[in-house]
Amino acid sequence: MTITPTPTAFTFTGVTVTFGEAVVLRDIDLEVPASGITVVLGPSGSGKSTLTRLTNRLLDPTSGSVSLRGTDVRDLDVLELRRTVGMVFQRPTLFEGTVRDNLAATGLENEPTHTEMLHAVGLEPDYLQRDGSTLSGGEAQCVCLARALLMRPDVLVADEPTSSLDHASTLALESLARDLAADGVPILWVTHDLAQVERIADHRVTLEEGRVVQA
Amino acid sequence: MNGPVELVGAVASGMLVLVAVSVSWWAGLRLERDLITAALRAAAQLALLGIVLVAILTPGQPLILSWLWVAVMIVFAGWTVQRRVPAVPRIWLLSMGAFAASAFVTLGVLFGAGVFPVNSTTVVPLAGLMIGNSMTATVLVVRRVTTEFKDKRLEIEARLALGQPSSEAAKPYLREALRTALIPQIETTKAVGIVFLPGMMVGLLLAGVTPLDAVQAQLVIMYLVLGSVAVTTSVIALGLRRILFTEAHQLRLPVGS
Repeated sequence: MTITPTPTAFTFTGVTVTFGEAVVLRDIDLEVPASGITVVLGPSGSGKSTLTRLTNRLLDPTSGSVSLRGTDVRDLDVLELRRTVGMVFQRPTLFEGTVRDNLAATGLENEPTHTEMLHAVGLEPDYLQRDGSTLSGGEAQCVCLARALLMRPDVLVADEPTSSLDHASTLALESLARDLAADGVPILWVTHDLAQVERIADHRVTLEEGRVVQA
Repeated sequence: MNGPVELVGAVASGMLVLVAVSVSWWAGLRLERDLITAALRAAAQLALLGIVLVAILTPGQPLILSWLWVAVMIVFAGWTVQRRVPAVPRIWLLSMGAFAASAFVTLGVLFGAGVFPVNSTTVVPLAGLMIGNSMTATVLVVRRVTTEFKDKRLEIEARLALGQPSSEAAKPYLREALRTALIPQIETTKAVGIVFLPGMMVGLLLAGVTPLDAVQAQLVIMYLVLGSVAVTTSVIALGLRRILFTEAHQLRLPVGS
């Protein structure tokens, strides 16, 4: 997929999402810059996770549109889009099998690349043989990040990636995110932790009850 | 006596339903009404089947009547599946397709290989056995797939987020659901003859068929059921993948599943 350099990574235009009677996002207009870490802050139920799921079309908006670097995501091949937008979920979600199996789930089975990516997230190469179920929450989330980065995504979307981690693992993951942003990968990072916002945010957006109240 | 059981005997066996009702009442299970309803309904349905079979099996009746009755069985089985898992959209159509595919394959093999002759006394009973057993496995696999997808939603979406197509993202979970649906049938097949005597074989023995002939017939039936359950559940699993994902490879779980 050819990505044209633009000042915005994602553009949300008039985005509304409803589930039955419930309105989760209401007429969102938002631009996510194509550099640095943009933090989306808001209480539980404010629509933060729903916002992230729109970026790679795990969900489509009920109305409005989402663009990646100026192109409506619905006009892109959805599988290509998902390889372009790396995603890390709130809970470390490892698949059954070893760390190698998890990394190979990207379709990329080159072992030196796996080792390189594990190194990038601070894990030793011998982790490749470890069973995913034996890892700590922090280690598992690092593997999830390595898995997402393996596809060399153009943008990274992280939905409260540190919510189930201890403080040391949280700081380590934040440091990795900062390095990644410095390498030119824009990050959309969701959190409800104000202290974390202070530590990592280059740009911030606040959501409340499905509306952008500050951007 | 025309058959192995006279009408008086069939009515007398109803005493056993009373035994079950008494146990339910004694143990406070509150299943008395369900037991009586089930027993009366079974009697009514079998009586209806008897009337239909007399009509179909009368010598000289065209074979098309048997196939029409098979079609009615497929529609009714699909409707039963829909009733048991109402939250899954279009499951009636999918089940009917699966039963029809299974009938085509399994009856095609049995009739094609000349195991049984194609006539009105074989088509309806064999199709009935096949559809009845497949129906139970179908309900099991539909429930299992929807539960598995619900429980593993995060994992499935994590796979989709890596750019896996829905067919690939769903594969490990469909495989698990299919295994769950097939294992009871495999266990039944393994235990046959040692742990229990299947109903059909008992029926044949009571009807005076020699044990060797009854065993041979039962073996064919066991294989028929095994094959039909495998074909039906595979079609159902493949069809469910189309129902539970959008064209944009998005997971859409039925509400209330």
